Amino acid sequence: MTDRARRAALKGAAGAIGAWAIGAVAMRTIAPAFAQGDDERVIEIVARRFSFTPNQIEVKRGQPLLLAISSIDFIHGFNVPDLGVRADLVPGRVTKVRLTPVKAGTLDFLCDNFCGDGHEGMNGKFIVQD
Amino acid sequence: MQRRQFLQLAAAGGGAVFASSLAGCSSLAGSAGENSRDFYFVQLSDSHWGYKGPDNPDATGTLPKAVAAVNALSVKPEFLVFTGDLTHTTDDPAERRRRMTEFRHIVADLGVKEVHFMPGEHDAALDRGAAFQELFGPTHYTFDRNGVHFIVLDNVSDPGARVGEEQLQWLEADLAARDKAAPIVVFTHRPLFDLVPKWDWATRDGARAIDLLLAHQNVTVFYGHIHQEHHQMTGHIAHHAAKSLIFPLPAPGSQEKRAPLPWDPAMPYKGLGFREVEGELAAAGAAPSYRLQEFPVVRA
Repeated sequence: MTDRARRAALKGAAGAIGAWAIGAVAMRTIAPAFAQGDDERVIEIVARRFSFTPNQIEVKRGQPLLLAISSIDFIHGFNVPDLGVRADLVPGRVTKVRLTPVKAGTLDFLCDNFCGDGHEGMNGKFIVQD
Repeated sequence: MQRRQFLQLAAAGGGAVFASSLAGCSSLAGSAGENSRDFYFVQLSDSHWGYKGPDNPDATGTLPKAVAAVNALSVKPEFLVFTGDLTHTTDDPAERRRRMTEFRHIVADLGVKEVHFMPGEHDAALDRGAAFQELFGPTHYTFDRNGVHFIVLDNVSDPGARVGEEQLQWLEADLAARDKAAPIVVFTHRPLFDLVPKWDWATRDGARAIDLLLAHQNVTVFYGHIHQEHHQMTGHIAHHAAKSLIFPLPAPGSQEKRAPLPWDPAMPYKGLGFREVEGELAAAGAAPSYRLQEFPVVRA
């Protein structure tokens, strides 16, 4: 699916659900709630005990990201500590988190709601490239 | 023999003693004075009863060994405190209770009458402390010994690692009844401060608890969760993390993953242990001093 197609699908899902959970916006304000910036890259992430899929995500520095995160089985947390961004991932909803990485390197993310034996390994990273 | 003299001898004999320049934690050398009110307790943590895995091939033997080691101490402590993760987590409520019951049976062999328990996230996060409360009682409470006010804070029953508004109000009310100079010791499972957030070594609203505690002059925190000895200051408050009784974890932020350090067959039980804490209150209004001594589960 192309990014454009993903954006269209996500807009449709948002209308059907009525209200998306809004995550934090890190580093700079990108767009008002529910609006979709044309320059945003949409990344779908699935959270389930005890992993994120994908859990290694290559992104470009300065590229605004719209993360559309679905949880399958638990109110997992999604936390990017270095950006001060976090959200609760309620099953049955698509949780939208916007962020823009501004430095090359890695940005770790993790589940910060204890979810069972394996919680400690439920994490991932953005690999931010110039 | 006085407890203080014993510790000094133990230190001279090679025991691992921590007595740093951290506020509220200093050497006990020197006269205690006639008004001194020494107290002495043992902190154990993170036994994870029910864990099975290669990082501790003697998972069922380590806790009993720790009990035996505590019972072998030359001077019996006034009380013991377990700072959480008594059991390893399980999705099965019946199994959780079975593990807690087994844990309680094993530690019943401790030769100390007064034992204080608190949960870790492995005990309490999946059922918000229900099983723990059935078997051990409240998850947050206070008690007083020898002029010291002890506060047990629960930052694990909320799976999001919050102390929570209700408990923060309870803490604020409790502190409001204390003199600002009163000696206070806080027990938690997770660190109240952001030690390594990317490893989930933090309390989401811990800064609010610390802000309340900072209004008091003599506060010291003992916690678990990170499976190693660690000491850090937030303002004038010293925070001391304890070793585990199941497997050690890497130094804070030292590697990408917080995976357990592998079991070393050449040095079994390496990195596992418990600690003694001796406090001395020289006089009313004076800053208390603490002496920490680390003990291995099994002597090399």
